[in-house]
Amino acid sequence: MELLRSFAFGQYVPVESPVHRLDPRTKILAALALVAGTFAIGTFAGLAVLTVFLAAAIAAGRIAPGYVVRGLRPVFWLLAIAVALQVLFGEGGGHPVFRRGPLVVTRENLLLGAFYGYRVVLLVVATTLMMFTTSPVELTDGMERLLRPFRRAGVPAHELALMMTIALRFIPTLLEETEKIMKAQMARGAEFSQGSLVRRARALVPLLVPLFVGAFRRADALALAMEARCYRGGEHRTRMRQLEMRRADYVALAVVAVAIAVALGPPAAWHAP
Amino acid sequence: MYRAGTPDAVPALRGVDLDVSPGECVALIGGNGSGKSTLAKHLNALLTPTSGAVRVDGIDTRDADRVWDVRQRVGMIFENPDDQLVAAIVEEDVAFGCENLGLPPAEIRARVDAALRLVGLEHLRRRPPHLLSGGQKQRVAIAGVLAMRPRCLVLDEATAMLDPRGQAEVMETALRLCRHEGLALVLITHAMEEAALADRVVVLADGRVALAGPPAEVFSRAEPLARLRIEPPPIARLARLLAASGLPLPPGILTVEQLVEALSPLGAAP
Repeated sequence: MELLRSFAFGQYVPVESPVHRLDPRTKILAALALVAGTFAIGTFAGLAVLTVFLAAAIAAGRIAPGYVVRGLRPVFWLLAIAVALQVLFGEGGGHPVFRRGPLVVTRENLLLGAFYGYRVVLLVVATTLMMFTTSPVELTDGMERLLRPFRRAGVPAHELALMMTIALRFIPTLLEETEKIMKAQMARGAEFSQGSLVRRARALVPLLVPLFVGAFRRADALALAMEARCYRGGEHRTRMRQLEMRRADYVALAVVAVAIAVALGPPAAWHAP
Repeated sequence: MYRAGTPDAVPALRGVDLDVSPGECVALIGGNGSGKSTLAKHLNALLTPTSGAVRVDGIDTRDADRVWDVRQRVGMIFENPDDQLVAAIVEEDVAFGCENLGLPPAEIRARVDAALRLVGLEHLRRRPPHLLSGGQKQRVAIAGVLAMRPRCLVLDEATAMLDPRGQAEVMETALRLCRHEGLALVLITHAMEEAALADRVVVLADGRVALAGPPAEVFSRAEPLARLRIEPPPIARLARLLAASGLPLPPGILTVEQLVEALSPLGAAP
C-alpha cells in the first residue's frame, strides 16, 4: 500500500565522493566503454582486471558493497537461467564431467557458463555504479548534451531529455494519485491483494481507468502551462545549468581507457577460453 | 466563441472593456461559465479574440510574431499546483521560462536566485516539487513567472485547491509583488474575501461585465449581487447586519481588520 515509501527514484545514493562530483557525461561514457570492453574481453584474467578496477571505483564512490550486491538481485534469475542453459545445452564434445541420460555437462561448457555469468555481473555492476553516483536529473542533462551533436541526424535530444524530466517530475505525483484511487476503491469494498491472479488483475481495471484519465487531464493542463511559459520546442532554448568537463573528468576517462586496454591484453590473447 | 461554426454559436465574451494598470489589482468574479477563465486566457494569447482586440503593453495579442513577447509580459498561474511545474527540481523549474526565452545561463542563474528570494523559497531550491506543500508549489510557479520579468500576473483560481494557509501564502506573495514591484495583478477567484483585497472588482455574467468598481461599492449592491448569485464576503454581511441592528458602522466594511477597527472605539464606550 505504501507505494511512495517503497519506491526509490532510480538508485541514486546521495553521498559526497570524487566519483559523484564527476561530470555526468564522463560517467555515461565510462559506463558505455566498460560495457563495450566487457563484451570484447575474452579471458578470465581480463575480467579480473576489470573487477579490480570496478572495486576501486566503488570504493572511490563511497558506495557500500552491500548496495552493489543488492543491485544485482533483479538480474539474478536471468543470470542463473543463462548460465544453466549454457552448462546444460552448450556445444557438444569436450571433456564430460557429468552425464545423466541425454544431459552431458562438459568442462568446457562449465567454464563458458562461468565466463558468461561473470561477464553479465560486471556489465550490471558497471551500469549500476553509474546510476548510484549520478542523480536522475544529472543523467538527463548528460544524455541531452551527449546526444546534441546527433540532432542533425534526427536524434531528438531535447525531446528525449524533456520526456525524462517530466517523467521524473510526475512519477511521484501519479503514484500519490494511484494510492488515493486505491484507497477510494477499497473504501467501497474493492480488494486488490487477495484472490486468484485473474481476479487481482481484474481488480486493477477500476484503478487504471481513472489513473489514465487523470494522467491525460494532467498532460493537457501541463501543455497549456508550458505554452504560457513560452515553451516552443528545443530551438533557441538555453539551459541554466552548464556542464563542465574538468581535469578530474579527463583523468577518469583516461583511467577507464587504460583499465580496459590492460584487461583486453595483447591482441594474441584475444580468444575465448 | 462557443460552438463556433454551428447555428447556435455563442460568443464567450461580449463588450468586455477593461484596462489594468501597473501596480493595480483587479479581481474578476462570476459564476461558472461566466467567461472568467476565457478572459484570462485572452490576456496572454492562449486564446485570441474573434472580434475586438486585446493589447498587452501596446502589443496586439493577434500579432502572431509577438505571441512570445505577450506571454513573457503576462505570467499566468493556474489552478492545480501539480500540473504546472515541469522540472524535477525547484530551481530548474523556475529556470524553465527563462530557458525558453533563450537567455544566457549566467543571466538565468541571477534571475532564478532573485525570483526565489522574492517568493521566499531560497531554502527549498534543491527540493523536488512533489515534497512541497500546495502553497509552496504555487509560489514556485509564481517565481518561474517572475524570472521572466513580466508586467502582469494572472492568477486563474490559483488558490482554489489550497488549504487556508496556502491560500494566505499565495495571496500575500501576489499582493506584495503587485504593491512593491509594480506588477499588474489580475485575480480570477471564487473567494470573495480575496476579491475584497483588490483595488477593483469586475463581476462577469454570461460573458458581459455585470458590475464593476471598488470592492466596497460592488459588494454593497445587494440586489444585483443576489440576482447574479454572488455572496459578498461574510464579514461584509456581518457588518451590514450589525449596522441594521443599530450599531453606527460606516458602510463598505469588507475585511476582519476593517471591522475590528470600526468596532474598537465602540467597545470603549459603555
